[in-house]
Parts: sequence; structure tokens; C-alpha cells
Amino acid sequence: MQQSVENLVVFAGKKTLSFLNIVKEISKLINEVFYWTFISPMIGGKIRFKSIFSEMVKVGYNSILIVSVISFFVGIILALQSAYQLKKVGALIYIANLVGVSLTRELGPIITAIIVAGRSGSSFAAEIGSMKAAEEIDALKSMGINPVSYLVSPKMIAMLIMVPCLTILSDFIGILGGFVLAITAVNIHPFSYIQQTLNALMVKDVITGLVKAISFGGIITIVGTYHGFQVSGGAEEVGRRTTSSVVSSIFMVIVFDLFFTALFYYFT
Amino acid sequence: MEKALIIKDLVAGYNNKIILKKISFDVPKGMITAIVGGSGSGKSTILKHLIGLLKPLSGEIITKGYDLTKLDEKDLNKYRKSMGVLFQGSALLNSLTIEENVALPIREHSKLNESTIKIMVKMKLDLVGLSGFGNFYPSQLSGGMKKRAGIARAMALDPELIFFDEPQAGLDPITASGLDFLIMKLRDLFKMTVVVVTHELHSLFTIADKIIHLDKGELIFDGTKEEFKRSENPKIVNFINRIPEEENYCPEDYFNILTAE
Repeated sequence: MQQSVENLVVFAGKKTLSFLNIVKEISKLINEVFYWTFISPMIGGKIRFKSIFSEMVKVGYNSILIVSVISFFVGIILALQSAYQLKKVGALIYIANLVGVSLTRELGPIITAIIVAGRSGSSFAAEIGSMKAAEEIDALKSMGINPVSYLVSPKMIAMLIMVPCLTILSDFIGILGGFVLAITAVNIHPFSYIQQTLNALMVKDVITGLVKAISFGGIITIVGTYHGFQVSGGAEEVGRRTTSSVVSSIFMVIVFDLFFTALFYYFT
Repeated sequence: MEKALIIKDLVAGYNNKIILKKISFDVPKGMITAIVGGSGSGKSTILKHLIGLLKPLSGEIITKGYDLTKLDEKDLNKYRKSMGVLFQGSALLNSLTIEENVALPIREHSKLNESTIKIMVKMKLDLVGLSGFGNFYPSQLSGGMKKRAGIARAMALDPELIFFDEPQAGLDPITASGLDFLIMKLRDLFKMTVVVVTHELHSLFTIADKIIHLDKGELIFDGTKEEFKRSENPKIVNFINRIPEEENYCPEDYFNILTAE
């Protein structure tokens, strides 16, 4: 009995210590990323425009098609599901409100974040992880180049710019999907649908969506690069870390989404 | 003789395990110092300390009057600009061409214009016999060429001190001996101080001016190549004659190894 209690205490202690270690490592990374991304350029540090641009292409431009297609389908699904309920009360025109508001406030940012986490978050983890395994990170340090400044900052800036841009695209295409369904299958007049959407949407809705999008961009970058830097073995661990980066960034995105939604609900 | 590095009572380890036990030696300027030892002897660990990637538990590494182990990241970067490293797997950045790899430290640490950087890169590539390969990616080169490109990158900022981590690993004997000549060229032509971590006997006796032998984290030899050959220390005799050592476990140790988690 005493033995099993002891084991339990040892187990709890080990888990707590390893959790605290993760918190410490992530805080260290956030601190460094913040310094190299925002403070260093202000005190004369280098801004890597070429890397930022190339990351923006990888993160943003290359995701346009997949974000558009998925948002279009989600717009249609959302309109269909709302039509199913609204037709019972003869208020089909409110499809426009539902699609518009739920996409801009919630689904646009979250769909984009999940796609970006799957595409870019995983690629950050894999890129940095395999560089770590091949001693490339050590090589950068030995040349006096800070790996966070060289690798993470351009990714962070690219994500902070491109995730909100993709979110706006997703909002627009999603609404378009709802519009296409409404004017074809439900027979709502195009003009009324557009008018109704514009009446329903407020600038506040779009802004709250964009605030979420910016923070999701930051979260995905930190989680992806953190997992990359934690690789200490070879190819197998790169794979394992890549998977965990996707799972944990989606989890963190949902947690922060809950936080922001609650915040905006009570304070706007 | 002037010393490039003085290592005093260096104790290092990870996770409560001591890997280097009070190591002291020095690296003479303008010479090739080889650090040898079997696998797990701590030679790669000592290299990581000499290039400032790891901090020791105690001890000092003195260069030009300051202690490396006490420097902050900013001052450490100043030291790193005065040295170059060739990693075991070359560690070239795979996303950049050879030319961009060699230019990377120059671009990061100087404000030279592009045409000057291009000329400098060409000179470095020419020095290691890779002219014409600038536009290739590391994945398109053979193991030996990658090592040469790694040397060109290590030389980019004209360092006074250059480190090699097992430069002959994974190379055929001819390519490896070509690399040995290149290392000697760096010492003779550019008066560089070279530190090589190796376990290749042939290369050791060709290039080394001074040999440090580590065994299980302890320094068991510090002297010239001739003294090394004459040494009567059984571990060194075994090393030179390639005689494997039996691992002697007492029954309790063996039981612990088998039953440990």
C-alpha cells in the first residue's frame, strides 16, 4: 500500500516537473521571439525582408486555394443547416444573418487557423526539427547567428500578416458559398440576400474575427517552432514532434478561441 | 609558445551525469591539436564547450584573456565570429545553395556589398577546390564535397581558430587524406590554430602536432605525436593497435543494467 502511494507521489512529481519544464521552455521561446521580432528591429537589428516574403508566400499565398475551397463548402453547409431550421418559421432570409455573422466572428478565423496549423505549423516543426537533427541549428549558433532571429522571426511576421488576410478571404468566400446556395436552392433574391448580409454584419464582428486570427497566427508559430526546437533525436522524433505540433496547435487555437469569444461576449 | 585556448579544470555533464572530469590542457597557437578517444569518451562534448554551445558545470576556458564560460550571448557571438566549425555531417543549410551557405556568415556580420561578398565566396570555394559548384544545393554534392563546402563556410570570416568534428567520418580513404592535406594547408598557409576531434589513426599521425587523449571523461594523455606513439599507457597502446577493451562489469552492475528501467 505504502509502495503504491509512494509511486503515485513520484509519478505526480515527475509529471509536474516535466510540465513546469515545458512551461519554462515555451516562455523562453516566447520571450526570444518577442525580442527578435519586435524589439531588435527598433534598436537597429536586421529585418530579413527576403525571408519574410518567402515565408508569406509559403504560409499565405500557397494556402489560398485550400482555404477558399473549404470556406466555400462551409458557407454552403452553414446555409443549408440554417435553412433546415428557418424554413419551419418562414424566416429563410435570416440565412444571410446566420452565415454572415457566424463566419466572420467564428468560423472564418477557426477554419483558417486549423488549415494553417495543418499546413504551416507542421512544416515549421518539421523544418526546424530536421535542422536540429542535422546539427544545422548548432551550426547557426556557431556562426554567431541566433536561430530564433534567423528562423522564427520571419515566420512569426509572415503568420501575423497572412493569417488575418486568409481569414478575410475565408469570410468572403464563405459568405459567397452561402449566397450561392441561398439564391439557387432556397430561391432568395440575390439583392435581398446581399442587403440582409450587409445589415447583419457590423464592423465589430469583422474586427473580433481578425483579432482572433492574429492571435491564432502567433500561437501556431510558437507551438510549431517550439516542437521543432525540442527535437533531440533523429527522423523518428521529427515525425512525432510534427504530429504533436498539429494536435497541440489546434488544441491551443480552440482554447484561445473560447477565451476571446467569452471576452468579446462580455466586453463588446 | 603562445596559447590560443587554455582549458582549466573543466567539469561538464548533463542530467546529473558527469561526462568530463576536471580536464585541463591548452591549445597552442598556429598548430593542429587533435582530441582523440573512443566513442563516449567525451570528445564531442569538449568540442561543444570550446565553441560555446554548452556551459560547463565548473572550470574555465580562457582565450585572449577572457573566460568563455562566463560570457553572455552577445560577447560569445563576438568570439564565435573569430572561429569556424566544421560539423560531423557538414551541417550546411539544405535550403540554401553552397554559395549562399558560404556567404551566410559574411552577410550576417558585415555590411559589405553584394559584389564583394561574391568575390569572397568565390575565393573560399576556390581554396577548398569547389569552384564552379556554387549554385549546387548540399543534397547534390558528395560527402567529401559537402565537407569541403563546410570548411569554406567555416573559413568565411577568416577565423584565427577552426574546429573540426570528426572530419574523416563517412569518407573513403582517398577523400579523407585529401581533407587532411587541406587541414594542413590551413595551418601552414593561413597560420590558423586548428582543433580536430577524431578517432582516425592514420589522419591523426599525419596532421596532429599535439594530441589530447580522453578516456571515459578523463584526460590520459597530453603531448606530441612522437610521445603518443612511445606511450606505454595500456589504453593508448590498445588505441594505437586497435585492440578492443572488454567491458568489465561486476555481477551487481550487470544485474542493475539488466533490471534497470
